[in-house]
Amino acid sequence: MKKSVILGMAGAACLAAGMATAGTLDEVKQRGELNCGVTTGLAGFAAPDANGVWQGFDVDYCRAVAAAVLGDPTKVKFVPTTGQTRFTALASGEVDMLARNTTWTFSRDVDLKFTFVAINYYDGQGFMVPKALGVSSAKELDGATVCIQTGTTTELNLADYFKANNMKYDPVPIETNAEGQQQFLAGACDVYTTDRSGLAATRATFAKPDDYVVLPEVISKEPLGPLVRQGDDQWADVVRWVANSLVEAEDLGITSANIEELSKGTNNPEINRILGTDGGLGKMLGLDDAWAKRAIAANGNYGEIFAANLGESTPIGLARGLNALWTHGGLQYSPPFR
Amino acid sequence: MADITIPPKDSFRLSMLIYDTRYRSLTIQVVFMFLLMAGATWLVNNTIYNLHVLGKDFSYSFLWSRAGYDINQRFIAYNSDSTHGRAMLVGLLNTLFIAFISCVAATVLGVIAGVLRLSKNWVVAKLMAIYVESFRNIPLLIWILVIFAVMTEAAPAPNAFRGANPSAHMWFFDTIAVTNRGVYFPEPLFFRSLGNIDLGIFLVSTDLLAIIAVMVLSILGYKRLQRSAETVQNATGIRPVTWWKSALILIAPIVILLVALGFHLGYPELKGFNFRGGVHARNSLIALWVALSVYTGAFIAEIVRAGIQAISRGQTEAALALGLKPGQTTNLVVLPQALRVIIPPMISEYLNITKNTSLAIAVGYMDLRATLGGITLNQTGRELEAMLLMMGIYLAISLIISSVMNFYNRSVKLKER
Amino acid sequence: MTDQPLQYVRTEMLEAKAPPSFQIGPLRWARENLFSGWLNSLLTLVSLYVILTLLAGVAPWFGHTVWNAGSLSECRKIIHSDFGPNADGACFAVIHERWNQLLYGFYPVEGYWRANLALVGMLLAIAPILFSQVPRKLLWLSALYPFLGFWLIWGGSLWFPISALLGFVVGGIAFRLMVEKSTVLAAAAGFVVAWLWWFFAAGPVDEGLSAVLPIALESVQSRDVGGFLLSIIIGISGITLSLPLGVLLALGRQSNMFFIRTVSVGFIEFIRGVPLITLLFTASLLLNYFLPPGTNFDLILRVVIMVTLFAAAYMAEVIRGGLAALPRGQYEAADALGLDYWMAQRLIIMPQALKISIPGIVNTFIGLFKDTTLVVFIGLLDPIGFINAIRATSDWNGIYWELYIFVGALFFVFCYGMSKYSMYLERKLQTDHH
Repeated sequence: MKKSVILGMAGAACLAAGMATAGTLDEVKQRGELNCGVTTGLAGFAAPDANGVWQGFDVDYCRAVAAAVLGDPTKVKFVPTTGQTRFTALASGEVDMLARNTTWTFSRDVDLKFTFVAINYYDGQGFMVPKALGVSSAKELDGATVCIQTGTTTELNLADYFKANNMKYDPVPIETNAEGQQQFLAGACDVYTTDRSGLAATRATFAKPDDYVVLPEVISKEPLGPLVRQGDDQWADVVRWVANSLVEAEDLGITSANIEELSKGTNNPEINRILGTDGGLGKMLGLDDAWAKRAIAANGNYGEIFAANLGESTPIGLARGLNALWTHGGLQYSPPFR
Repeated sequence: MADITIPPKDSFRLSMLIYDTRYRSLTIQVVFMFLLMAGATWLVNNTIYNLHVLGKDFSYSFLWSRAGYDINQRFIAYNSDSTHGRAMLVGLLNTLFIAFISCVAATVLGVIAGVLRLSKNWVVAKLMAIYVESFRNIPLLIWILVIFAVMTEAAPAPNAFRGANPSAHMWFFDTIAVTNRGVYFPEPLFFRSLGNIDLGIFLVSTDLLAIIAVMVLSILGYKRLQRSAETVQNATGIRPVTWWKSALILIAPIVILLVALGFHLGYPELKGFNFRGGVHARNSLIALWVALSVYTGAFIAEIVRAGIQAISRGQTEAALALGLKPGQTTNLVVLPQALRVIIPPMISEYLNITKNTSLAIAVGYMDLRATLGGITLNQTGRELEAMLLMMGIYLAISLIISSVMNFYNRSVKLKER
Repeated sequence: MTDQPLQYVRTEMLEAKAPPSFQIGPLRWARENLFSGWLNSLLTLVSLYVILTLLAGVAPWFGHTVWNAGSLSECRKIIHSDFGPNADGACFAVIHERWNQLLYGFYPVEGYWRANLALVGMLLAIAPILFSQVPRKLLWLSALYPFLGFWLIWGGSLWFPISALLGFVVGGIAFRLMVEKSTVLAAAAGFVVAWLWWFFAAGPVDEGLSAVLPIALESVQSRDVGGFLLSIIIGISGITLSLPLGVLLALGRQSNMFFIRTVSVGFIEFIRGVPLITLLFTASLLLNYFLPPGTNFDLILRVVIMVTLFAAAYMAEVIRGGLAALPRGQYEAADALGLDYWMAQRLIIMPQALKISIPGIVNTFIGLFKDTTLVVFIGLLDPIGFINAIRATSDWNGIYWELYIFVGALFFVFCYGMSKYSMYLERKLQTDHH
């Protein structure tokens, strides 16, 4: 009887993997590739284009980490995860980090044993309705049919919001954003609810975006950010400071255009520290000195990443809002590189 | 003299464990059990260790905590304050419901298609062949998605029913509304309802119980009437005229009961965003139901066709030669034999339907997998417990269905003596 | 009497008259087949009505097909300008743009020939199993194919699959050497030797040979394998791997040994009692709980293992049917010849039982192949996964019929071909017996 070699390989893989218990950073370096969990497809955050190249806001974070750790932003294996499978993929070590517009909540941090390293997008759950419905506030949605993606925090927020306002609704659970869009556009639900960034991204892809309006109410706080497994502090530090370096770069005016010039040395000591001209920070992380330079050079600073994927010049057209730098009245703020 | 060699009485040697057929099977079983136990211990050990590393415990206490999410289709009372356990129960009932109605519809569809495929009518036979082949050879998941898309796109939104000059109309004298959110039917209501009985887990409508009781009594009475008519016929050779008595016994009590309860229909009406009132069969339910029934119907059609073709023509001819009427031929000769061929594969089709209901995930029908194995699993992070429980429940359902159907199969099986 | 001819008798035959017009040609055919009674006529009319309505609805849509466009809006613009402002048309441009993803996933474009070659090789390898007319020598290809196919698709060093293959060879040799003494012992020895080889020798042999003679294809990540290729890989490896397991389970279920029978029945009934989707979720959510900490292997491999276990239970039932269909005399004859259990199975029972079961096996395969679409729910990008991914991009948002039709047609061609084959086989086997 012919059997495939695969089973034997599985056995060998078990044995080999069972022995390796090195830190994630060493593992990634040894593998020469970063496994990064992303969504299966959400415009602006992560979706493969016609050439199979992943594009999006979350994708750029994965690339920045890969650039910092491995020196090459293309050495990322993107692992598409669903709302259902994302946490297991991270917990089991299938991915090294998750950048999948995931909300930082108490239970995920504490009970599910993950470490949220940064908040790269301050979001909140909102509602989108067709203009023709003549609704201007979420308080008028009593009795509405609401399309909602399952396996997310949104369905709990929704239940709480309608209960608190003493309203009734009919939930239509759907599995993917594409499915939800189809239902909403056909009028099978009156309201589509998800994070406001997602609503904007979805609305942007409509044939007639102007016929739909996002209601002003924000019914929850959804701080989104990359996360890693709890218990590997070195790796958490790497991802956290890569994320911070992107924000700090914008703060300091480092862009992908001027980074080469600035890295030759400036009279701003903070820029010198972050770009590794004044050495020392990289070694503490277990990386070389140019780590942050590569991370920033990969896709630009936070502002550039935002503008390229979600900003007002893209079809999604999100304003910075809460995600502006603290100096511009937003919440994006990096601890000092010192 | 014939030598009778008496086999030497060997003392037991270790090698006999392998070479002596008397002991060999024992050896194999012991070794096998040992390996199996070792494997099982290894798995359990790993699981305990992994849970320990992740800092999790193995506990079903989450079933008694607040669920926090809403379910749109529920046969028992449920809201977001109910427990995860109750959400699971709601999901389980939804699974059983969709499985039951799909089995019924698939059987009806399959029998019709199977018979028509044998029809001499060329167009009909070809049409049925196309139906059977296209559904058997394309994955169920695609059919579910396609039918869901058709229903969403083709049916009008509730908005279309609005205004003085609506673009869509309700069917059957404004009683049934077909929208892309589902179909709204009139619902039975009672002016003088008897109320509900609280059974702890769920409520039972006393009206429904009364109606069922009256119907059962009527049917028993009807049977009795038939029997007495038969006795008279056997004794006198003349069957007394019973049709008006039968009609009276079958219809009158139920009508009287319904009038007494104040039966009327509640019609769906467009109010606010949606239709209100009436029974709402959601799109997800209908899409899943249609897809499962039509898909499985194609398989059942093939089973029915094979069953009918398995009965040799001589059986029918012999029955007719014996003077049986065509109806009797079908009932007494063809059907019992065809059923013997049809029922065993039919059982496995019913099991398939039950298992395939888990594809509800594609259309967002809130079945067991969506509640216990979906939202609950996700919100509590208890993958191991939720998955094991869910598998256990599906296994139990499958075993119950197959044992009930096997029992039925034995009862219709031709007794071979 | 005179020889005067009788005036009223014809000397030559009359020309046969043409039958009445309703008794010939299409008219007669229609009368007999379509309108033989009122019920039949009604059915015909209803069927014709259904067919015509469907055609009328679908034909213009297909007629207005656009093959070249970069996005859905561009496509609609072309349709409106070409066929009038209210025209509705199919936009197969999405297939034109994304067909490679639907078929191969993210498989590197320069490696398509490898996937194609693997597919052709698979057809060649399957041919001798499916058709008895094909030369028997090709069976060697079938035995080697799993290793060859693995190497073609995933690439890497050629010596890796070869060193794995050597494990089977070594195990086989050990079995041959021991089989004189006892079949059971020999099987155990072959098993142990093969495992020892894989654990201790395979790695060094692979490395050594690679160092001496580096033959390698560019290696491809499992994650990059997607689309229809993924469905085929999961389906084929599931069915091939499940066949030996299914045979063992079927034999176990019929065994006299209580424990083995109980375990086999328990396994088969468990797997058949739960939906595949829960097993897939187990593969993606739970498998890492059951394995040693830190273990983590490819999701596709995990899925293949689960699908194999799933198919094995169904396969066991199919083969059990084949075993049950064999006349009792075959078993008795084997016993009378003094064959032991395994020889009897190998030489007498299994060849016949498997032959009877082939239609059932093919049907199981069709079912399994269709069920591979469920992997979309655990985040693998099979054709349906790509439908979702394509619909998520802003270019092709709102398109679905074209994608469903394309993927459905692919599956149909594949499965219909196989079911035709299974029917051919059933007919062939039937004549064998009569």
